[in-house]
Amino acid sequence: MFVSLNWLKQYVDLQGLTPEDLAEKITKTGIEVEGVEPFGEPIENLVVGYVKECNQHPNADKLNVCQVDVGDEVLQIVCGAPNVAQGQKVAVAKPGAVLPGNFQIKKAKLRGEESSGMICSLQELGIDEKYVPAEFAEGIFVFDGDPEVGANASSLLNLDDIIIELGLTPNRSDALSMLGVAYEVAAILDTPIHFPNEDVQITEEKAEDVVSVTVKDGNLNPYYGAMVVKNIEVGPAPLWMRNRLISAGIRPINNVVDITNYVLLEYGQPLHAFDYDRFGSNEVVVRRATEGETIKTLDGEERTLSSNHLVITNGQEPVAIAGVMGGADSEVHEGTTTVLLEAAYFDPQAVRSAAKEHGLRSEASVRFEKGVDPDRVQRAGLRAAQLLSDYAGGEVLDGVVAYDELSYEEKTVTFTTSRMNHVLGTDMDDAHIQDILRKLQFSYEQEGETFTVSIPTRRGDISLVEDMVEEIGRMYGYDNIPFTMPQGAGNAGGLTAYQALRRKVRRYLEGAGLSETLTYSLTTEERANLLVSPDVQGENVRPVHLAMPMSEEHSHLRLSALPEMLASASYNVARKQKDVAFYEVGSIYVTKEAVLTKQPDEKERLAGVLTGSWLTHPWQQEKKNVDFYVVKGILDGLFDYLDIEEQISYQQGQVDGMHPGRTALVKLNGETIGHVGQLHPKLQKGYDLKEAYAFDVDLEKVFKAISSEETYTPIPRYPSISRDIALVVDENVAAGDLRKTILETGAPLVKNCLVFDVYQGEHLEAGKKSLAFSLLYLDPTRTLKDEEVEETHHAILDKVKEQYSAELRA
Amino acid sequence: MKERLVELKTEALEKVAQAEDAKALQDVKVQYLGKKGPITEVLRGMGKLPKEERPVIGQMANDVREEISTAIDEKQTKMEEAALEKQLQEETIDVTLPGRPAQTGGPHLLTSLIEEIEDLFIGMGFEIAEGPEVEADYYNFEALNLPKGHPARDMQDSFYITEEILMRTHTSPVQARTMEQHKGKGPVKVICPGKVYRRDTDDATHSHQFTQIEGLLVDKHVRMSDLKGVLNAFAKQMFGEEREIRLRPSFFPFTEPSVEMDISCKMCGGEGCSVCKGTGWIEILGAGMVHPNVLEMAGYDPNEYTGFAFGMGPERIAMLKYGIDDIRHFYTNDVRFLNQFHKA
Ligand SMILES: [Zn+2]
Repeated sequence: MFVSLNWLKQYVDLQGLTPEDLAEKITKTGIEVEGVEPFGEPIENLVVGYVKECNQHPNADKLNVCQVDVGDEVLQIVCGAPNVAQGQKVAVAKPGAVLPGNFQIKKAKLRGEESSGMICSLQELGIDEKYVPAEFAEGIFVFDGDPEVGANASSLLNLDDIIIELGLTPNRSDALSMLGVAYEVAAILDTPIHFPNEDVQITEEKAEDVVSVTVKDGNLNPYYGAMVVKNIEVGPAPLWMRNRLISAGIRPINNVVDITNYVLLEYGQPLHAFDYDRFGSNEVVVRRATEGETIKTLDGEERTLSSNHLVITNGQEPVAIAGVMGGADSEVHEGTTTVLLEAAYFDPQAVRSAAKEHGLRSEASVRFEKGVDPDRVQRAGLRAAQLLSDYAGGEVLDGVVAYDELSYEEKTVTFTTSRMNHVLGTDMDDAHIQDILRKLQFSYEQEGETFTVSIPTRRGDISLVEDMVEEIGRMYGYDNIPFTMPQGAGNAGGLTAYQALRRKVRRYLEGAGLSETLTYSLTTEERANLLVSPDVQGENVRPVHLAMPMSEEHSHLRLSALPEMLASASYNVARKQKDVAFYEVGSIYVTKEAVLTKQPDEKERLAGVLTGSWLTHPWQQEKKNVDFYVVKGILDGLFDYLDIEEQISYQQGQVDGMHPGRTALVKLNGETIGHVGQLHPKLQKGYDLKEAYAFDVDLEKVFKAISSEETYTPIPRYPSISRDIALVVDENVAAGDLRKTILETGAPLVKNCLVFDVYQGEHLEAGKKSLAFSLLYLDPTRTLKDEEVEETHHAILDKVKEQYSAELRA
Repeated sequence: MKERLVELKTEALEKVAQAEDAKALQDVKVQYLGKKGPITEVLRGMGKLPKEERPVIGQMANDVREEISTAIDEKQTKMEEAALEKQLQEETIDVTLPGRPAQTGGPHLLTSLIEEIEDLFIGMGFEIAEGPEVEADYYNFEALNLPKGHPARDMQDSFYITEEILMRTHTSPVQARTMEQHKGKGPVKVICPGKVYRRDTDDATHSHQFTQIEGLLVDKHVRMSDLKGVLNAFAKQMFGEEREIRLRPSFFPFTEPSVEMDISCKMCGGEGCSVCKGTGWIEILGAGMVHPNVLEMAGYDPNEYTGFAFGMGPERIAMLKYGIDDIRHFYTNDVRFLNQFHKA
């Protein structure tokens, strides 16, 4: 809502406050001021001039040489505007004036003729083209009426106005009018309001003799008032009115239309003026449209209606969509002489859906949608009639022909001073509350500390005690509420075990060299189906899709963070950031339903993407690219850090989109909980990546495996014994299996078993490989004897020979 | 024999002085101090001496032996020191060459901020509550005083999946769920961080996915002044002791009264500048007293219980704090962006 301060001053005394100070007060008390902007630039040496003579320029067809009286002198001005003429009163920029855009007016010769100044168009004075009335769009501005020659044209054209832009929250539709803003400002400044004049001169002829009103659906249209104004002369509205419309962002059209718009802005009540003679009958019938009925609206569009639209008809056919737009046939035009003026209350929902369906949001529909003030409906009609009589030569017929089932009842809200103080944390006394209610102009009854407040109909947002808490609180001033800390039994506060673990996982991965990413949960259908971990994959598991996505890019919910993380990796590599090590902790959304009947299962996952070099230290010739074992090592470290490494195993596995020979399923106590491996070369190519590695693990399952009991294992007091063995096995024997067998067979003495060499090549038979292990023997209770170690060692050798045909390497 | 000893001493000391390496020194030691060495020989020959001279010569021989031994030890120490000196010299490296880089990663800026904010409120006795991102319409809207058809639903156009299920548009449904779990009993004191989604076209200031942190306190005597106190403590810890806060009236369907909180602009100290659009204040979060309808729907008696709630956007806070000009940076994951916020 744009509020012209020059206009606002007509209703309330702004007490000499600067616009900024006023804006600050309004913002702090209730409505956010989003901008304080000058309407125009006041221009010095811009005066009203009288064109005494206007003659064709001797040397130029399109120029005129004018003699312009500017009060203290007569200036010769060469003017190129097509509409300049003798007898006009115009805006003259005298030499020395500076127009917007730093355009300096000087004496000059134009095609040999002296020119001392400029006759200005509105555009040249800085008024936006879209607000310039059509009659002046292509030429100079001409004053109507009789402004004094030599008078300051800047203020006549309102160029010295300041516009305050209010950012209205949905509850404050009461401020969608100048009067509403006046109430607010008057309350803040504790000053009275000067209300507009609604006294109308009426004729003896009665409106009810020339028009009737029938409302078929009183729920959707509880009030419809019709007035008739005769002998209208359509022409321009007075300059002050046009200025105010422009200041509010509305283009002046003609006096009739301008007056309805002016009252809309002043009262917040939309009105509609029909050309009475083209209405098609003398009966107004308001009803629901019939299915498929059509109307040509005044924007020229043919619109098809349905039964949830409310229409104004002439008894036969629709002449307007109620509260939204009038019909073209009954529109006021230059030749209109009798106006049928509508002031009505239309149901907010009905207007809202009609405006939405036809894409016709307007100043009028917005106000109906929020619900207009019942008290102002009829008054706005009277105000418009009065203006039509004053500024359009109209004669107002006696009476308002109305259908009226509207409720004008004021709601009441009852509260006590102590409740008020209890919620706000203040210690106001009764007098303070009385004072605030007086400023708000709310009437009330008081009994002890109990207030029963009648809520004016203009404040439809207030119905609960809490609403009054807000009214009293904001007027009391939120700045005046003290700072306190909550009392009462508090919680201890803190993270849950799960949340604390999640933070530990993050810190571990960051310490291991990974950077956290945040990617979108919504992705393309293709990506949503890509790289789904085998533990997520299942019959009928499918990505959830949005009913109405804004784009294909973000249409489906992910089943893995990997596809979007790979896109981020690809983005970086394309920008010469070739080394990427990412992790992300986030949800995936799993369902088996084609159409959701319940929310999908949200599972928190840990995903990682790595590509490029892992370590480079060039001058010492060290360079290590990310490979499978780097990535697996990060996971190994994580499981060790969480102390669940003994429950974890890896198994060669197949995952769509992953390299078939370089992918492992991550197993927790035998159950697959994720995967780790290299991306399939085809997918790598698709992402424009060289070798890229990824992992994706179910974090919730990992956390569940963690024992909550932390115990202390004493430092061994007896020496351990280390034995190495190199075993030759078939190349397809998995080291992990071999190691597992060694540990199982060697238990309880063998505490650890590390692979320290893998060899395949000329010193071995084809198809064979050698795996060397270092075994650690330990008994925490005593010193081990060599014989015991030997015994276990042989048992291990026998076992691996039996199970894997493993031979000791010579 | 005295002369012989003096002679031996002179001779030996000379050889010690001449010894150039450890081996030569060892030779001198063996030659003069060994069991078959000349001094031992002298001592052996003492039997021939008169009884009264024996202790004198014995003493003298021991002194000579001691003197030579000391000389050898001293020489040896010197040689070792020289050798060490030489070794250290040889081991000298160029300490200005770059070190072997250690791997460094780090959290996303939004995670850092969220954790920082969580910790601030944990310090004030709050717990962290989380909930689903794909929500039921009931928890996302209805339980928050936004019945179907409510005009305020326009304010947050949402991604629906079915008529009843949607991507949550705020983390408030977690508050509704948490209250419901408490079954009408207080206190409820939680912070709800998480991802939220709105039907926005991504541009410099809009993102269809972003994060939010909301807080809720419901108890028997929660006052608006408590909201001021808690937010003030938060603002000062988060943005600096010298920051002031102010509350302005606003509107949210789930709170009444509703406010927006501004903090005094750090850039200009409240004088007005381009960052604060000349007002001296910067909007940080929305808050208010929990609407009685919301309390009631969650099973609380609004006559007995009151509460406050607040919500803020970590993206906005990060943009203000670091001067980040485009919200899309948070989701592009450019390593040149991510790495900037890994520093301590
Ligand atoms: Zn500033």
